[in-house]
Amino acid sequence: MSEGIGARVKRKEDKRFITGKGRYTDDIRMENQAYAAFVRSPHAHARVTGIDRAAAEAMEGVIAVLTGPELVADKIGNLICGWAITSKDGSGMKMGPWSALATDKVRYAGDAVAVVIAETPAAARLAAEAVAVDYAELPAVVFADRALDPGAPQVHDVAPGNLIYDWEIGDAGATDAAIAGAHHVTRMEITNNRLSPNPMEPRSAVATFDEAEDHYTLYTTSQNPHVARLVLSAFYNVAPEHKLRVIAPDVGGGFGSKIYIYPEEIVCLWASMKTKRSVKWTADRSEAFLTDAHGRDHVSTATMGFDKSGRITGFKVETIANLGAYMSLFSSCVPTYLYATLLSGQYDIANIHANVKAVYTNTVPVDAYRGAGRPEACYLIERMMETAAREMGMNPADLRRKNFITSFPHQTPVIMAYDAGDFDGNLDKALKAADVAGFPARKAEAARRGKLRGIGYSCYIEACGIAPSAAVGSLGAGVGLWESAEVRVNPVGTIEVLTGSHSHGQGHETTFAQVVADRFGLPIGNVQIVHGDTDKVQFGMGTYGSRSGAVGISAIVKALDKVEAKVRKIAAHVLEAAEADLVIEGGAVKVAGTDRQMAWHEVGLAAYTAHNLPAGMEPGLKEGAFYDPVNFTFPAGAYIAEVEVDPATGVTEVVRFTAADDFGTIINPMIVEGQVHGGVAQGIGQALLEEVVYADDGQLLTGSYMDYAMPRADDVPFYTIEHNTTVCPNNPLGLKGCGEAGAIGAPPAVINAITDAIGTNDLAMPATPQRVWRAIQAARPAIAAE
Amino acid sequence: MYATTYHRPGSVAEAATLIGANPEAKVLAGGQTLLPTMKQHLAAPSDLVDIRRIPGMAGVSAAGGVLTIGAATAHADVARNADVLRHAPALACLAAGIGDPAVRHMGTIGGSVANNDPAADYPSAVLALNATVVTNRREIAADAYFKGMFTTALEEGEIITAIRVTPPKRAGYAKFANPASRYALVGVFVAETASGVRVAVTGAGANGVFRHKGLEAALAASFTPEAVDGVKISAEGLLSDIHAAADYRAHLIGVMARRAVAAA
Repeated sequence: MSEGIGARVKRKEDKRFITGKGRYTDDIRMENQAYAAFVRSPHAHARVTGIDRAAAEAMEGVIAVLTGPELVADKIGNLICGWAITSKDGSGMKMGPWSALATDKVRYAGDAVAVVIAETPAAARLAAEAVAVDYAELPAVVFADRALDPGAPQVHDVAPGNLIYDWEIGDAGATDAAIAGAHHVTRMEITNNRLSPNPMEPRSAVATFDEAEDHYTLYTTSQNPHVARLVLSAFYNVAPEHKLRVIAPDVGGGFGSKIYIYPEEIVCLWASMKTKRSVKWTADRSEAFLTDAHGRDHVSTATMGFDKSGRITGFKVETIANLGAYMSLFSSCVPTYLYATLLSGQYDIANIHANVKAVYTNTVPVDAYRGAGRPEACYLIERMMETAAREMGMNPADLRRKNFITSFPHQTPVIMAYDAGDFDGNLDKALKAADVAGFPARKAEAARRGKLRGIGYSCYIEACGIAPSAAVGSLGAGVGLWESAEVRVNPVGTIEVLTGSHSHGQGHETTFAQVVADRFGLPIGNVQIVHGDTDKVQFGMGTYGSRSGAVGISAIVKALDKVEAKVRKIAAHVLEAAEADLVIEGGAVKVAGTDRQMAWHEVGLAAYTAHNLPAGMEPGLKEGAFYDPVNFTFPAGAYIAEVEVDPATGVTEVVRFTAADDFGTIINPMIVEGQVHGGVAQGIGQALLEEVVYADDGQLLTGSYMDYAMPRADDVPFYTIEHNTTVCPNNPLGLKGCGEAGAIGAPPAVINAITDAIGTNDLAMPATPQRVWRAIQAARPAIAAE
Repeated sequence: MYATTYHRPGSVAEAATLIGANPEAKVLAGGQTLLPTMKQHLAAPSDLVDIRRIPGMAGVSAAGGVLTIGAATAHADVARNADVLRHAPALACLAAGIGDPAVRHMGTIGGSVANNDPAADYPSAVLALNATVVTNRREIAADAYFKGMFTTALEEGEIITAIRVTPPKRAGYAKFANPASRYALVGVFVAETASGVRVAVTGAGANGVFRHKGLEAALAASFTPEAVDGVKISAEGLLSDIHAAADYRAHLIGVMARRAVAAA
């Protein structure tokens, strides 16, 4: 079957994307549409002492100028974080109030204070500049490791010392003892740099209030429109769910940043009700830099003990996680249950303890970004392993092998139960594909050209397929993390699949159709994937955490099972055969060993004409399902980076990159490779280029592409990609997920390669030319002494 | 962007009249800096006077062995011009490395020289090649033209019409690009000209493009990459920002000077 599971099918959706026919939120034009522009705080921390809107209100084309107190008066609720984390002393996390428009205080540069609704975008923006806000500036705190200092400026009254929670996992006593008794101890201070997500399409919203129906419609850039509706309804009090339709049409990338509900969508809905106009807002790139939730921003101390043979005895981690000025929707779980639960990596470690302090600062909120917690964990472990190997004089690949988990299932001391994997096999494939044996010759050749060549490893594991609802519920999640699907077979046999997963670059319209095509032997052209509209799809938890395959497709498979059961009953009845004798293949239901068959469309027709159905059977052929996973899935792999450093300038070039991944069953290898390419590019971006920089006073210094360095095509090499498949035993197709792996696994591989090249372990991300040059200068006396 | 009035004059004289008539008018010569600045509401010219379509403003002539590059000549056109490639290949190489393809097809040499961005490439070439900035009023020697960051000898309403370059004996340019913007973090243009060896540095100076006398003296004595090794390059007066501190920029000036000489 050329279009089924495993086929390298070209993406169905690309025709409209590459011909400019995609339909994004900003392409939506409503009757009577007006435009919103936000008045944003220029200060990182200040009291709002007065807002004079008279001049703005008098300007041409201005419909309304609205502020926080009116929003509060209309009982629009504060933004919330949906995952409750409990500190080690038993107290709850300290969630400070976040009003969609500031009422008394602004807490980061870019915080929204007021909104102007006007006839044109230009009029709205001009009037926004004319709103005079009086601020009483307050001192700001910006950096994770300074937020807890005595006397640091206080961001929220409810969080003394800026501490949101002080959380731990694992056995502290046993871990300390294991490290104390270790033969060798490796200790590192590691910062995970703060990143801006930068999806190609900026955030956008178009809200319409229908006064006659008392009903709202919101088009928005969301990875999870049902979650948006749920939160807008249940917590922000915009409208009850049955009076609110949320549509996420084509969405141009998200990387996590479009999971969350932001103030702007809430304000557009509310302003539509206030002004009786459709209200549109689309961020420009400057606004995206200022207000999109950032990722990472951890400062950690890691300590790892080893016995004489190189076996890990204990791993202790202390992390301060910067959550920014407010707790974004899932911010709390990122540095806890998505991070510390992965600190065992691919290794059999008996004793692990992690202590995480989450802090407020006067910066934009921080939440999940491609990988979300798992890159931070992987970076710590894999830099520790490489450094430890060097300190102990061991081959870094051998040290990893010595500690690999080799039998499954494996229960780690930090909650996760790994279900399947072949870590040695991944590493074998990577070593071979990367021609590690030939590295010394390549290094010598590079040296003749004056370049320092280095090689670095990273053996990552992640927890995807988020997540068993009861399990995450017990850990504080405010929602279940199942997925839903509905399969509608039309009377002519074509199929519509309605899915709660949302596609914003992942290629669902193709891969999901391949699963259906594979099941019934139909061409993928006969299958339409419908998503992103709360009025069409029964429900959905959306797309994040590499869950669309493992959870979203599993829900579709469950619905397909039900469809198939009914198809068999109908066909058995019509063909006068036993169900057990039927096979479904090549677009027909056949009686095995005979020439009797029903074409697929004849089954559909039979179901809808209902002229000849089994006694008691309802007409129609449409089934829905909810699928709740029984475990996370555990994609894992081995990455090998090879770099060349120019010692004169500190410039690093990634000259080779090999990825050997275990994603479980692969539906479309081309799309999976594309995901790896993109993920690794983002990982190389984090390792070499990307960093959000705030000044001490909280001003964003990397507010445009002039200063925030995104990877370009010539910053990344051609990739060598291998697959080493062990199927996931816990979902019907054996899928694990591939969306985040590259961003998780690549950064430590690159940094390990650079530190190998320049002969020091002391190097921070991003390894900019200046940083690498300084590291070389600092290491020079040591190199000279050798 | 604030509202503005766009003009497309047919002659330099008409352009000058338009500029003179509107104190808040700006010359538009590709707009690769001006238009993004306007979009960010950091500039609000009442009028834009687009000189790119004025007949004769774009193109290169090599009459009398002297290169005259029209102010409205796009970077891409300088990069591939046969006369520039023959008489001043280093200049073509520089133009080929400005920004990205879109920038190179819109941005112009006159626009870049008039703007005098401290991280722009062209000012280093104009200064090192001892070029002449030709305007609608006069001719300005390069040494008298650059007056500091975003500041030049141009008077109100004065419009650059061409850059005139006497081909050097040899010249080379090496740029260390800012990883984000790909402007010059440090760019060094070396040239052996009729008036001696000249070395101009862009991207690094807190006061814009400047000549480095120490490098000039060393290269005058021996125009070799090794000659750079003995030159002490001070970090004083150099820029420090989130991408590069002054001492790193000073170090890069040496590295780029060596590479520029090697390329010459």
